[in-house]
Amino acid sequence: MTDTSSTPVAVTTQGEVRRSAFSEFWYYFSVNRGAVIGFWVFVILVVLAILAPVIAPHAPQIQNRDAVLVPPFWEATGTWTYPLGTDQVGRDMLSRLLYGAQFSLFIGLFVTTLALTGGIIIGLIAGYSRGWVDTVIMRIMDVILAFPSLLLALVLVAVLGPGLMNAMIAIALVLQPHFVRLTRASVLAEKDKDYVIASRVAGAGHLRLMFLTILPNCTAPLIVQAALSFSSAILDAAALGFLGMGAQPPTPEWGTMLAEAREFILRAWWVVTFPGLAILVTVLAINLMGDGLRDALDPKLKKS
Amino acid sequence: MLRFLLGRLAVLIPTFIGVSIIAFSFIRLLPGDPVQLMSGERVMSPERYEKMSRELGFDRPMVVQYLDYLGGVLSGDLGVSLVTKQPIFDQFLTLFPATVELSLGAIIFAVLIGIPAGVVAAVRRGSFIDQSIMGTALIGYSMPIFWWGLLLIILFSGILGWTPVSGRISLLYFFPPVTGFMLIDSVLSGQKGAFQSAVSHLILPTIVLGTIPLAVIARQTRSAMLEVLSEDYVRTARAKGLPPSRVIGLHALRNAMIPVVTTIGLQVGVMLAGAILTETIFSWPGIGKWMVDSVFRRDYPVIQGGLLLIAGIIMIVNLLVDLLYGLLNPRIRH
Repeated sequence: MTDTSSTPVAVTTQGEVRRSAFSEFWYYFSVNRGAVIGFWVFVILVVLAILAPVIAPHAPQIQNRDAVLVPPFWEATGTWTYPLGTDQVGRDMLSRLLYGAQFSLFIGLFVTTLALTGGIIIGLIAGYSRGWVDTVIMRIMDVILAFPSLLLALVLVAVLGPGLMNAMIAIALVLQPHFVRLTRASVLAEKDKDYVIASRVAGAGHLRLMFLTILPNCTAPLIVQAALSFSSAILDAAALGFLGMGAQPPTPEWGTMLAEAREFILRAWWVVTFPGLAILVTVLAINLMGDGLRDALDPKLKKS
Repeated sequence: MLRFLLGRLAVLIPTFIGVSIIAFSFIRLLPGDPVQLMSGERVMSPERYEKMSRELGFDRPMVVQYLDYLGGVLSGDLGVSLVTKQPIFDQFLTLFPATVELSLGAIIFAVLIGIPAGVVAAVRRGSFIDQSIMGTALIGYSMPIFWWGLLLIILFSGILGWTPVSGRISLLYFFPPVTGFMLIDSVLSGQKGAFQSAVSHLILPTIVLGTIPLAVIARQTRSAMLEVLSEDYVRTARAKGLPPSRVIGLHALRNAMIPVVTTIGLQVGVMLAGAILTETIFSWPGIGKWMVDSVFRRDYPVIQGGLLLIAGIIMIVNLLVDLLYGLLNPRIRH
């Protein structure tokens, strides 16, 4: 009987493997300075969104008829009561923007999750089964991609009825073909590799092969695409809100706020500037992160 | 080349049929009765309902209805607008030049700035100029263009008073459309100041619509140039002692342009989506605004027809881009 505890064999637990994979990822991610900035801006936005009920100075829907179109505090007639001014019915801009962050981040998360889940399942089925199932699925995806995404989303919302939920479903539907294509392509590349065949010979069922054997090896491109989808979901939802087809007033969604403020653009610059700036900063932060993720996860670009 | 073309068409035709099925079934997916929706009448007597149903062909089997619809589409008959009672295809033909004029302006704007910016960034890789250009491009790429349009209106129309806020030409000028392109028609009209007015109306929408393509083209040009600049033939050209301008302008740029051409072509879809927002902001009477207005007026036949026409245009342009790519890059044909 040998005493295993005294032999200094490097035993790595699963937790350590995961940790070292993460530190490797963070090493490549942090090479890209923009990505790190994007990451921290995103973290701040998430914190602000979560804390909105605590830090917002006013309730987002409360209208104050005595303080209509008050400019931000640094303007001559501005006050600290409304740091970023008020809108056309006297609602506090800052509070609405903070609550708007909740909406935008939720939209991004919901749409991406929906598109990612749907796309992975459909893509796995297409790539795994091949044959006519694959052909039919991919032709349907081609058809969806033949339309400009915003137009298709607009028409879908016209069918489903205006509203944030329907807008999110419509956007998820038009974003999901990208995930289907990516998943299918990776499945095709992985499917005939030895480890998959070995697993099949060992008796793994179809579902196990699809989800547990093949899928974990296709995640890198999916993560990058998810980041891109997150930002396009926010942009498209804001665009639909702007066109009056997304979230409906008085919801403090940024695109909807812009639509409401449009007629005041020449009189009150702040009602237009801040919601758009909020959209831009959020989308930019996510796109910066997306670029960093691509660099960190694409093995072709890694130097070692 | 012929086989390449046939291969492309083999994918395109089923996609077009799919697109037509979506456009066809759209009316039938709507909550509510398709006969009432398509006739635009809410309350109808049973006899009138019967008559309209027969007139619109809803009493026939679905397959027959679809084939009939497809036949109409192929012969340019997309039905009639509920609001204006005009044939949809005619409406499309009057509005389409406005969108083409705007999109062409935007693409020219994007190419004229995007390609040089991308080349400079690639040649000065890692420098401050490179970082500024790529930073600006990423901001452009992340831009909510409907907000960008409003900002430009505040600055150039509101504060500086340089450009008009909406429309294609000042109301002072009136002339019948000849080509549908305001820049050409205003010259043809011979009215003094008409051309200047048309140009000044075009500037802001062009910038707004061109912003995202500009960012995409700059990014794509940079990465294509970086790839080409590390090729052996570029090193050979440099080693021969050719001046850098000749190496970059002739040897590198010409080959780097191949993927960029594809990128430019792919921007057509982006532009038509962008036209929806840009035309709405600037009240530009093109097909983007037409679609938004139709959604609001519940003019379902127009939405149906517009959906099909826009998807059709994108498919045709993508086919042309593929063919052009095949011509530029013979390797792809085999």
